[in-house]
Amino acid sequence: MIKHLRSAADLDAATATLILDTAAEMAALSGREVKKLPALRGRTVVNLFYEDSTRTRISFEAAAKRLSADVINFSAKGSSVSKGESLKDTALTLQAMGADAVVIRHSASGAPHRLANWVEGSVVNAGDGTHEHPTQALLDAYTMRSRLGRLDGLKVAIVGDVLHSRVARSNVLLLTTLGAQVTVVGPPTLIPLEVGAALSDKTQVSYDLDAVLPESDVVMMLRVQTERMQDSYFPSAREYSRRYGLDVPRLKRLPEHAIVMHPGPMNRGMEIAPEVADSPRSTIVEQVANGVSVRMAVLYLLLGGK
Amino acid sequence: MAYLLKGVSVLGAAPTDLLIKDGVISDKTDKDAVVIDAAGLVALPGLVDVHTHLREPGREDAETVETGSRAAALGGYTAVCAMANTSPVADTAGVVEQVWRLGREAGLVDVQPIGAVTVGLAGKQLAELGAMADSAATVRIFSDDGFCVADPKLMRRALEYVKAFDGVIAQHAEEPRLTEGAQMHEGEVSTRLGLTGWPAVAEEAIIARDVLLAEHVGSRLHVCHVSTAGSVEVLRQAKARGVRVTAEVTPHHLLLTDELAAGYDPVFKVNPPLRTSSDVMALRQALRDGVIDVVATDHAPHAVQDKECEWSYARPGMLGLETALPIVLSVFGEQWDLIADRMSIAPARIAGLDGHGGDLTKAGTPANLTLVDPSASWVVDPSGLASRSRNTPYAGMTLPGRIVATFLRGEATVLDGKAVK
Repeated sequence: MIKHLRSAADLDAATATLILDTAAEMAALSGREVKKLPALRGRTVVNLFYEDSTRTRISFEAAAKRLSADVINFSAKGSSVSKGESLKDTALTLQAMGADAVVIRHSASGAPHRLANWVEGSVVNAGDGTHEHPTQALLDAYTMRSRLGRLDGLKVAIVGDVLHSRVARSNVLLLTTLGAQVTVVGPPTLIPLEVGAALSDKTQVSYDLDAVLPESDVVMMLRVQTERMQDSYFPSAREYSRRYGLDVPRLKRLPEHAIVMHPGPMNRGMEIAPEVADSPRSTIVEQVANGVSVRMAVLYLLLGGK
Repeated sequence: MAYLLKGVSVLGAAPTDLLIKDGVISDKTDKDAVVIDAAGLVALPGLVDVHTHLREPGREDAETVETGSRAAALGGYTAVCAMANTSPVADTAGVVEQVWRLGREAGLVDVQPIGAVTVGLAGKQLAELGAMADSAATVRIFSDDGFCVADPKLMRRALEYVKAFDGVIAQHAEEPRLTEGAQMHEGEVSTRLGLTGWPAVAEEAIIARDVLLAEHVGSRLHVCHVSTAGSVEVLRQAKARGVRVTAEVTPHHLLLTDELAAGYDPVFKVNPPLRTSSDVMALRQALRDGVIDVVATDHAPHAVQDKECEWSYARPGMLGLETALPIVLSVFGEQWDLIADRMSIAPARIAGLDGHGGDLTKAGTPANLTLVDPSASWVVDPSGLASRSRNTPYAGMTLPGRIVATFLRGEATVLDGKAVK
């Protein structure tokens, strides 16, 4: 088993599949009256969050607690971080406290790689800058597999601000590893250069959402920050929404079995219409539930739980 | 003191004896001269760096004029041009004279201050360029390095103004609007790493503009740290038209690529960023062709805490003085005439440093030279460097070429590979 999960590229197909299979076993447990497993009893998991992300932190916290690990939440606010302590010194502190795993969310791309130099335990990337968010990709893959029964050969459209999206990067890497066919869709200003060469040469690029939809088994809508408008990535929220938003007419262009995903938090009415978000095809709430199972599987496997 | 270099090879020529006496290369004899067995050693004119950051005044924790001078001498340099982005900025006669005096006191290399183009490097108002030119430091190169003189009108005025004292503007070519938040070369690797890209065109667009401005006003332009294949083409065309432009390339841009960012170790973060292997190949060819005139180190020492952090928070820059010649040797091999021209003769000419880059075969040439053992190789150990900082990207690499001795106006600054002071 790998030691760290810093990038979805750390996972080969066998390892990724093992995580998804383990997550399925974890999910079966959540139906039981007593949800807790003793697997990580006596182990310490630190949630080191330099960015506010209540949903991701809670998800990791629930995952660790269901495995009986001791959980320490270390957030940038109200800690030594706000006094300007360096990542290295924070890492050495966590090391001294005997952290077996550090789950890190950070606004700087690559912070988990840096952290892994300074702690002996496992490092789990819970989102770093505009780089990656591998557990989100795992839970997305898990959701697709449970809804559609497979990943191999699945056609997945990832739509929106791919340039700044850590969710998109991790998903492209993981999904292509697992045999899916990924198309990234968005205005050219928000598609990173050489995305195919960078992530997977099987990745396709399209600027035309309407053309891609009829061919898609999965549409994953990315959050688009309205600040991007100020930086001329697109002219206005309205124009963005018209060209790349998933509304009801566009939903109808999808094949009947196709599902709609969103990593959240959503801008309802911007990249996704409320009717679409709340439709039976939407997996958005399921994704949250699956997040706990997948993160349980990741912690369990990385820490060699018994 | 006189030195007799026995059996030395000047620029790779047949072994000969070279007498250094009274500060010059001498054709006389001196039986009291200290004899140095120079068999197997190659003599080069003392290297000249047109782009060094010595950090003093302001960041003496990263480097001082003295420690940087020692690093330079150990790297085979006899003259370095100290960039203006100190604190306070070298934008007045007072600051450039201070740096110049500190260099004289250290006495290991000639420290030639570069003056800022604009007050505080802010890009708004010309600094007192004439006062710096007239000062004891006799500044001839002006640069806002670290920042681009982005305002085209201001750049035009600066280019024109320094004609009065044969000055040259050394431009840090980086269109700031195209590099907001930039962390590394924009391309495949930046996409994979999720780091904001620094596109090649941000450099090329400024160089294209500036060669046109220099042509229009008939002034001298020097382009700092050229890093892209596209920039090379712009320069090639400008030179073919007769524009008075010179350009430099750093050792790291001749060797390293953006793939090194993959581990997010900020020791590889530099501005302009490491580019692709095709850029590296174009830069090597440009240096061979003379489209790029000189190798300049852009020696940029940084304190440990400014590198031991997240990539995005780290300061850009790498050490260069002690490894420049070995890197160039490893890239180009023992092409001594090329090395002497690009690392000594041409930079001395650009900087107006008479007495450096002279012909070592002529009696009377100021004895500014360095002795290299091309057959020796060494492993770069950051803690063994003379610089006060440790941010070398070459740690652990085995490099060819050891500097055995360096002489500044006939006085040894390095002997047996060790600084004399």
